[in-house]
Amino acid sequence: MSEDANPTGVVDTFLQGVPYARFLGMRVEVAGDEMTAILPFAQHLIGNPMLPALHGGVLGAFMEMTALAQLSLAQPLRRVPKTIDITVEYLRSAGPKDTYARAILRKVGRRVANVQVEAWQDSRAKPVAGMTGHFLLRNEEPS
Amino acid sequence: MTETYDTAALPDRMTQFVPHAAALGMELVSIGKGVGVMRSAWREELVGDPETGVIAGGVVTALIDHTCGLAVNSANETPMPIATLDLRIDYLRPAKPRSGVTAEATCYRLTRSIGFVRAQAWDDDPSDPLATAQATFMLNPRG
Repeated sequence: MSEDANPTGVVDTFLQGVPYARFLGMRVEVAGDEMTAILPFAQHLIGNPMLPALHGGVLGAFMEMTALAQLSLAQPLRRVPKTIDITVEYLRSAGPKDTYARAILRKVGRRVANVQVEAWQDSRAKPVAGMTGHFLLRNEEPS
Repeated sequence: MTETYDTAALPDRMTQFVPHAAALGMELVSIGKGVGVMRSAWREELVGDPETGVIAGGVVTALIDHTCGLAVNSANETPMPIATLDLRIDYLRPAKPRSGVTAEATCYRLTRSIGFVRAQAWDDDPSDPLATAQATFMLNPRG
């Protein structure tokens, strides 16, 4: 991919290459260096059919993929980083509707990145969940 | 094992009645008071790294979250809705290619409002975990 490639395309290529991201149904929109990940509602994402609410694991997975997508946007030529750890905080019940997430790269070092992600539905000021994660960065050569 | 609370209904409640658990093919392996074991079999669409065929970290996240919930539900003498407050996962190593994942969770402390849980996940040897986790859940006695 050339360096001036459409950034949405860069991340979409990354996401489309990951079967699990297609299974979740997530996609991204990129404006400059600002990326919003979108998880359209689907029945198979439900964790509590009584409320109903999205599965907590879906939100965790979506935010982890958002962090990886943001890292792939920042460093398109590197291999997909490895997740070292994530801490997910659940703030509100996430209803049966579309969910959005944005990631902040708080520190991208030589080997490790610290990424913070927030997910919301109706209002960005009322996040449904937050995540902080550490990711091991890898160079082009296979580890 | 079970004393006053009949956990017989939990297998169905924790698998096919939860759309996302069913979508991930989660099966209940065993259940005791405050302890649950569940697994997700490997499937092409759950792959996180297409180069190696390793199952996605997100699947591990969702399975651990769900198994932690099972542990809280089985520790609790009265069935009631629960919600994850936070979940921290350390990814110790990638799963083996084309391997499913099993998670075991223990609710080691239950108060009137909070359940404290530890969990670990492995691919084929329980003594060689690929992820460890710590979670807290809120109990909602009023539903």
